[in-house]
Amino acid sequence: MIYFILQLLVLTGLVITAVAVIWFKDLISAAIALGASSLILSLQFYLLRAPDVAIAEAAVGAALTTAIFIFAIRASEREEGYK
Amino acid sequence: MNWKMSRVVRTVTDIMVVPIIVYGIYLIIHGHLTPGGGFQGGAVIASSTALLIVSYGSFRDYKKDFSSMESLGLTLFILLAIFGILLGATMFHNFGAGTGGLFGGTVPEGINPGYVNTGGTIPMMNIMVGLEVAAALSLILWMMAKASDSMEVEA
Repeated sequence: MIYFILQLLVLTGLVITAVAVIWFKDLISAAIALGASSLILSLQFYLLRAPDVAIAEAAVGAALTTAIFIFAIRASEREEGYK
Repeated sequence: MNWKMSRVVRTVTDIMVVPIIVYGIYLIIHGHLTPGGGFQGGAVIASSTALLIVSYGSFRDYKKDFSSMESLGLTLFILLAIFGILLGATMFHNFGAGTGGLFGGTVPEGINPGYVNTGGTIPMMNIMVGLEVAAALSLILWMMAKASDSMEVEA
């Protein structure tokens, strides 16, 4: 029962953060939301008994791609918008 | 442009970088016993580089060092793989298992907690892959930060 509730919470958080990524107009907020989504996805991998994949997802998805996205946003405009 | 972050961020970075690197080394060395291995440990070590570059906004000119480290790891991995052919067996032959040398201990029968000094060439290859992945991802981060002008290259 606890396992079921935990998995429901994780999936809800995954959907919320994934919607937040496309909902934010500020690109740095979207990058942070993508990192949070990746972290929750790694928690889901751990719950599904794949700790190996969970470590790789947490390191690559939450840390490295977020840093690379932030570097790329710094080189361009921060706000998304059509002028 | 100067992207140096506040003193709070820099102090937390200073405190957190060493535990992150130690955790990455733990993942690499225990790769044949616990979840993790060369790639995961290397990615964790490279995330410490990301933390340093993002918080300080400057990094030394380690491009050639990262590149040499990556080439060294890959070359040693391939040499270790080919060494099995030279001993008269197949490629990736585990010549180190049970010989009593480095990582050459014998595994006792039955359920055991796991011993680090076993596995033969598998932990050695994990170390080489960890070296290669850590250097390669750090090099990617370094190049991205330099190209996007969010890092000053120190002398």
